[in-house]
Amino acid sequence: MSMSTTLHLTDDDLVLLYYGEMARADEARTESHLDACHACRENYARLQRVMAFVDSAPAVDAPDGFERVAWARLEPELGSARRGWIRSALSPAYLALAAAVLVLVGGAFMAGRLLPKTPVNTGAGAKTTDTVRERILLVDLGEHLDRSQMVLVELVSAGADTGTVDISSERARAEQLVAANRLYRQTAVSTGDAAMASMLDDLERVLVDIAASPSTMSQDDLDSVRRRIESKELLFKVRVVSSQVRDRQKAELASRSANSTVGS
Amino acid sequence: MPHTDAAAVALARHGDSEAFKALVERHSRAVYRLAHRMTGNPQDAEDVVQETFLKAYRQLGRFESRANFGTWLHRIAVNCSIDVIRGRKHQETAHDAADLDMLDGDADDRVDPSPERLMLSTEVQEQVTRAMDGLTHMERAAFVLRHFEGQSIDEISRGLGLKANAAKHSIFRAVRKMRLALEPFVESER
Repeated sequence: MSMSTTLHLTDDDLVLLYYGEMARADEARTESHLDACHACRENYARLQRVMAFVDSAPAVDAPDGFERVAWARLEPELGSARRGWIRSALSPAYLALAAAVLVLVGGAFMAGRLLPKTPVNTGAGAKTTDTVRERILLVDLGEHLDRSQMVLVELVSAGADTGTVDISSERARAEQLVAANRLYRQTAVSTGDAAMASMLDDLERVLVDIAASPSTMSQDDLDSVRRRIESKELLFKVRVVSSQVRDRQKAELASRSANSTVGS
Repeated sequence: MPHTDAAAVALARHGDSEAFKALVERHSRAVYRLAHRMTGNPQDAEDVVQETFLKAYRQLGRFESRANFGTWLHRIAVNCSIDVIRGRKHQETAHDAADLDMLDGDADDRVDPSPERLMLSTEVQEQVTRAMDGLTHMERAAFVLRHFEGQSIDEISRGLGLKANAAKHSIFRAVRKMRLALEPFVESER
């Protein structure tokens, strides 16, 4: 800072003060100088008035109908952007994540149908790591399905005594479940489990609908969501799969305790 | 049309182009305003809008559903505007120095503070637009990022690829020019 107790503040000092970019010690000295110096105080006030004037000016707006023009320019480009998106989905980082989920879905739902029943050429360490990871991911998926099931049950059993139903809690939870569900569904698709992918696809559509709904629903809207859940037998399917995951977890636990007994 | 941005994003992620269209319709005007402020040029602003939404579309998978879509898009738009401005950086280096030397001498030529001239353009927006048009691209970008976007000088220097001192002096020059252009008008209105 170029100020001293006797010299006036420079315009640049005032800019730094105005934007809060001055070191604290300099700021205290500057303010104390402003208190004592009428000329600098006037100069700072002029700066503040100009900046307030700038603030009062609205930004230049787009011409009428700009949204339509913007969309007309964008739409043809989205196809190639989507292909780029798919390419990025095949990046090593994404594939590593997908591989982790693959172990889960493969282990939980295909019971060796898509993954080899007997590990091929794997050392004991790698086998243990995979088993531990599968257990953790099984728990994760089980919880996801349980949480989804709870949202569906609450909506199916909700009543509208006052003509509207507050679904803000279910909506917030559905929002959180959509992203995880998407990953599980993509993995099911990539492992070729059509039934699993179809169930997760139905679940995701309902979750997205719920997440997109207003926080209060009329009885008619609620009935529409309920019909959608019931027409796909979604709740039943989620329960069945959730139960299979639990069974798989139990089998894993039993296998682990048998191994530890044998090994002890 | 989905009621909320979060719902539209969720659908657009699955390739629902109507949902993405809804996002474009809701946010393209705000992106244009920001881009125009940053670039000072309608054509560049339109290009920034296009690039911003394309990037957003490609990165939808990375968008966290709990975040605010408008805020996320705004950040992308700032970066796209910076890309446009950085592309011109080397073109105006000489212009920056010459422009600053001439600052005091030709201020009256750029904005005539006489009442007759001012009566022709009394709209605040027009005054500010004219003043900002007197800034170089770098000064304009640094000023907009500091003044309207609230970025610190350090953030601005990183974003614009300048040394911190250069970013600071771009802001100083911009404010000096804005004051020279607007102060006569503002003070005469008091």
